[in-house]
Amino acid sequence: MNSKSYSLFLKDFKSELRTRYAINALAMFIIVAISVILFSVGNEKISQSLTGGLFWVVIFFTAMSGLSRAFVSEEERGTALTLQLIAAPSTIFSGKLIFNIILVFAMNTVIAILYSVLFEAFVIQNFALFLTSFVFGNIGLAVSSTIIAAIIAKAGAKGTLYPVLSFPILLPLILTSVQLTLFAFDGISFERAKFELAIVVSYDVIMLTASYMLFDFIWKE
Amino acid sequence: MTNYSVEATGLNKSFGRRLIFNDLEFKFNKAGVYGISGPNGSGKSTLVKIIAGIIAPSKGKIIHNLDNKLIAEEQLHNYIGFVSPYLVLYEEFSTYENLNLFAEIRGVKFDKERIDYLLNKFLLFKRKDDLLKTYSSGMKQRVKFIFALMHSPQLIILDEPTSNLDDEGKNSVYELVKEEGEKNIVLIASNEKSDIELCSDIVYLERYKN
Repeated sequence: MNSKSYSLFLKDFKSELRTRYAINALAMFIIVAISVILFSVGNEKISQSLTGGLFWVVIFFTAMSGLSRAFVSEEERGTALTLQLIAAPSTIFSGKLIFNIILVFAMNTVIAILYSVLFEAFVIQNFALFLTSFVFGNIGLAVSSTIIAAIIAKAGAKGTLYPVLSFPILLPLILTSVQLTLFAFDGISFERAKFELAIVVSYDVIMLTASYMLFDFIWKE
Repeated sequence: MTNYSVEATGLNKSFGRRLIFNDLEFKFNKAGVYGISGPNGSGKSTLVKIIAGIIAPSKGKIIHNLDNKLIAEEQLHNYIGFVSPYLVLYEEFSTYENLNLFAEIRGVKFDKERIDYLLNKFLLFKRKDDLLKTYSSGMKQRVKFIFALMHSPQLIILDEPTSNLDDEGKNSVYELVKEEGEKNIVLIASNEKSDIELCSDIVYLERYKN
């Protein structure tokens, strides 16, 4: 990542502030998804394991509704060609990745705050473990979503293809992140969670390496 | 005078079973205005996209050299200026903002003097701070020329350069083509007689269909 990628990120950030392509979609989805869960739960007391699962379900579907915009908006507006004419593929991927990482962190922090306020069972005993899994989980989510967005941006049925392609790729990350969140609820130590943490970190490294290697082929028709 | 050269060797492009062109060869190795011509659907836009490194050929290759050194594919964008009707700039930004962002992303200096010269040449200086979405299609086409020339490229690719332009705009383009053609390679893909008349050497795509 270099200053060119950072400039591309700034372009996307300024563009997002003016067009609200992703922010509005994400904000609406978070509000609607959490409201539906709250209405369906009613006065029932839900377990910690269910709360942890629902937390990552909201994160997964919110990511599906907003993160594809990074590349889809460029294709839909016809500006993908402009990008190809001003930057190398690695610069483009890095710039889009920085944007999606920041978006994922902002979005998931809001979801975590809403969960801790609205759900009684969302009580974290080991905050350091939760934070570590949250950080690595978010990075994995951003990397995978960015490369999947680049793949589907060229396809016809973008809306359908994104969750379909994302599901198998994100499943190992989501399952492990759910497990780590439950460990954090139970106050389990880092030592006992090291296997799951190693899976999440490995997932991030593999996805990041594979994405940089594949992006050239995906980006060029 | 430029030391840039662009060469096609055994170039072939097919979309599925549909052959666009086959065994296409050319070499442009000195400054001048060159043309690509052919009827609608003959593959003019496809060829310029291949030359610009936007799409890959099915067979063969395009070689870009500067001072007899091969230009790496990932650096190609810094040597090429590209104008086409299907090129879209960011409508939520003004012309000046667009050009500033492009300079930053390219990693080149924002050459205010050159950009102001180009803005004046294409009669857009007074509207440089207006959002692109408020421009007419002809004005947007003129901004694309500034986008293509702002970094002083050695190879300027113009795909249907005069589409959407009025007579005044066309004259600005022709003046610029002649000016740039003296020091750089200008490649025009068009069917317009007045565009093709500017070219010293022309690739006729209908000759490469077998």
